[in-house]
Amino acid sequence: MPEKNVAMALNDLLLQKKSDILDRWRDQVFASYAPETVRFLRSQKDRFANPIAYQLNRGLTGILEVFLEEAEAEQIMGHLDEVIRLKAIQEASPSRALAFLFLLKTIIREELAPQANDPAFAAELSELESRLDGLALLGFDVFMQRRERLHEVRVSEIKRKVGALLRRLGMGDEFFEEPSGEE
Amino acid sequence: MAKLPTPAELIQINYQMPSKGWMDLKAEMRPGYYVNAAAPKWMQMIDYPFPRAWNVADEDWQLPEDWKERVLQGMEDRLQRFRSLKLFFDICVRCGACADKCHFFLGTGDPKNMPVLRAELLRSVYRRYFKTAGKLLGELAGARDLTDDVIKEWFYYLYQCTICRRCSVFCPYGIDMAEMTILGRELLASVGINIDWALASVAQCYDKGSHIGATPQAFKDMVDFLAEENERITGITTPCPVNRKGAEILFVVPSGDYFADPGSYTFMGYLLLFKYLDLDFTMSTYAAEGGNFGWFISHEMGKRLNAKIYEEAKRLKVKWILGGECGHMWRVCNQYMPTWWGPIDFLEEPVSPITGTKFENAKVHKMVHISEFTADLFKHGKLKVDPQRNAHIKLTFHDSCNTSRGMGIFEEPRYIINQVLPEGHFFEMPPNTIREKTFCCGSSSGINANENMDIRMLGGLPRANAVKYVHEKYGVNHLGCICALDRATLPTLLQYWVPEVEITGITELVGNALVFDDEIERTTDLRDRPLAGFEEADEEEGAE
Ligand code: SF4
Ligand code: SF4
Repeated sequence: MPEKNVAMALNDLLLQKKSDILDRWRDQVFASYAPETVRFLRSQKDRFANPIAYQLNRGLTGILEVFLEEAEAEQIMGHLDEVIRLKAIQEASPSRALAFLFLLKTIIREELAPQANDPAFAAELSELESRLDGLALLGFDVFMQRRERLHEVRVSEIKRKVGALLRRLGMGDEFFEEPSGEE
Repeated sequence: MAKLPTPAELIQINYQMPSKGWMDLKAEMRPGYYVNAAAPKWMQMIDYPFPRAWNVADEDWQLPEDWKERVLQGMEDRLQRFRSLKLFFDICVRCGACADKCHFFLGTGDPKNMPVLRAELLRSVYRRYFKTAGKLLGELAGARDLTDDVIKEWFYYLYQCTICRRCSVFCPYGIDMAEMTILGRELLASVGINIDWALASVAQCYDKGSHIGATPQAFKDMVDFLAEENERITGITTPCPVNRKGAEILFVVPSGDYFADPGSYTFMGYLLLFKYLDLDFTMSTYAAEGGNFGWFISHEMGKRLNAKIYEEAKRLKVKWILGGECGHMWRVCNQYMPTWWGPIDFLEEPVSPITGTKFENAKVHKMVHISEFTADLFKHGKLKVDPQRNAHIKLTFHDSCNTSRGMGIFEEPRYIINQVLPEGHFFEMPPNTIREKTFCCGSSSGINANENMDIRMLGGLPRANAVKYVHEKYGVNHLGCICALDRATLPTLLQYWVPEVEITGITELVGNALVFDDEIERTTDLRDRPLAGFEEADEEEGAE
């Protein structure tokens, strides 16, 4: 099965370069902040003193590991969420919030430049790119979930603000229940 | 034809310094990051100047014609009145020690949220109009003209500061950004720029007695209801006297403790504790609000709202005042109240009627925090508790900025926690996130509105990040605090970042654990959740 071997070879290649890829990816994601902030994000290593870097690093690492098939695909939503829950409120638009996923595409393409014109890798390359596209699409789902979450926490805060009063009036959760198809 | 942007261009990757300095970058009013402008009706209710309908997103904020003179005059007045302000303006050496200590910077990554730059927003104007070098050299001397864009920037960033004072802990000169923020907000208010959330709370408190504008009847009704809830769950009657003349102690709490969840459970804890002690206390429908949003907008307004507490203490002829679990109430009462009202000779130095302990720290203002009071009771072995009733709780403790950094209450709540929780159920967050270095909830100082949720979640990220750590490492499922604003805002924060963790007041835990001789069998906590060992009974009941 020669095709399979080629596929293995490409993923192995990327695995070897994993830490380089991660560094480049993280640097590019950091670089979207102001210069003073970038210096800080890079230099402060204490995770509690630098929660943005910690949060981003945790998510980017997880995403890359799933992508390189080191971790289970089921975990992908959680890893995407680590980054997107931050970006969904830090960035002014969905395009800015999700651009980080597309940065990975460029980086991987650059890392695989020597193989790009080799017909032996063509099938696997296109499969890789498709998976990157899939990743980006899932990113949209997570983004929407996070914005909805923000809305939910807003509603539940309004409810809690008079929570005791509602109990006093014998009106529990149903008072503020939003019309929704969910259970 | 123009090309579509690449992802890298979309996020404007900064590979070098921007060509413009911070002064030239106009602040962009981002929805989700600011609180709406105050509605005219609130301003009218409290006689605030220039009430008008306007929107933050508007280009024209409809400032009064002489706004510039007013702001500069206001600055001059304050420079004379508060020596600290002039000092803070002059002595900063821009060492940068405070730069990365603000939770808003740590959450947003926006350099203008570095405390040193936040101060510079005001300081640059000070230099331009009050310092010779600035007058002559302008921008070269770090000075800039006061324009309406500058006013907008003040508004945007002074309301992205929660007056938490974390930055000042790290400043070698102790420069207090919180003080500067309050004074800056006063200047904004002088030309009719206020936030709706704070002004609504202030106006309703001024007019009716509590932030949500409830009547005295509603107050009475609520405290009675919570007493009934106690009776239903514990079998103990816990009456709550109201406006009772001649009681020994006036008990004051923030309204969040009797209207809101989970504060209401803390209130149930107070009543259980007082019943256990047979404490001679009363609450007041006039001093029904311990919280003070006035202080978030000006010293003057803080004073106006605070007046009720001593007035009621005098009218009801109590000996001293006990305060519930609140952060900013506590800071206002301790740091400002005696200065505002002079010697308090109509009250006595607080003494615990149970242990005889004199609260010497309260000699001047005559008000004790419930954590001090309760810790003293435990210290003298006056309370019988069953910590197993809190066995379903694994706790970490959030030092609220005002009680901890503001007032130095660190040990009392921890001491109580260790009495009412089973051993091994309390876990501290990392040292650089607690005690005097605690991270703010991100929503304090009047910005816990609904429309600015994005910035609130970002400002609270450093706090949530540390909570997440103890949750993942030790299975912590509750975050304890002794502040009503925390009980209002931290549940929201954690639902976004760490939804597995709930918020609880400390007196709620005391209420769970207190053992009365004539109580009924306890199978649930004060929130009707099954106690450890009773989960099945609860499930069966649910199945029936
Ligand atoms: S007082 Fe708190 S919120 Fe304000 S600048 Fe300092 S650290 Fe930030
Ligand atoms: S730590 Fe103090 S002196 Fe240093 S930049 Fe900050 S405010 Fe200025």
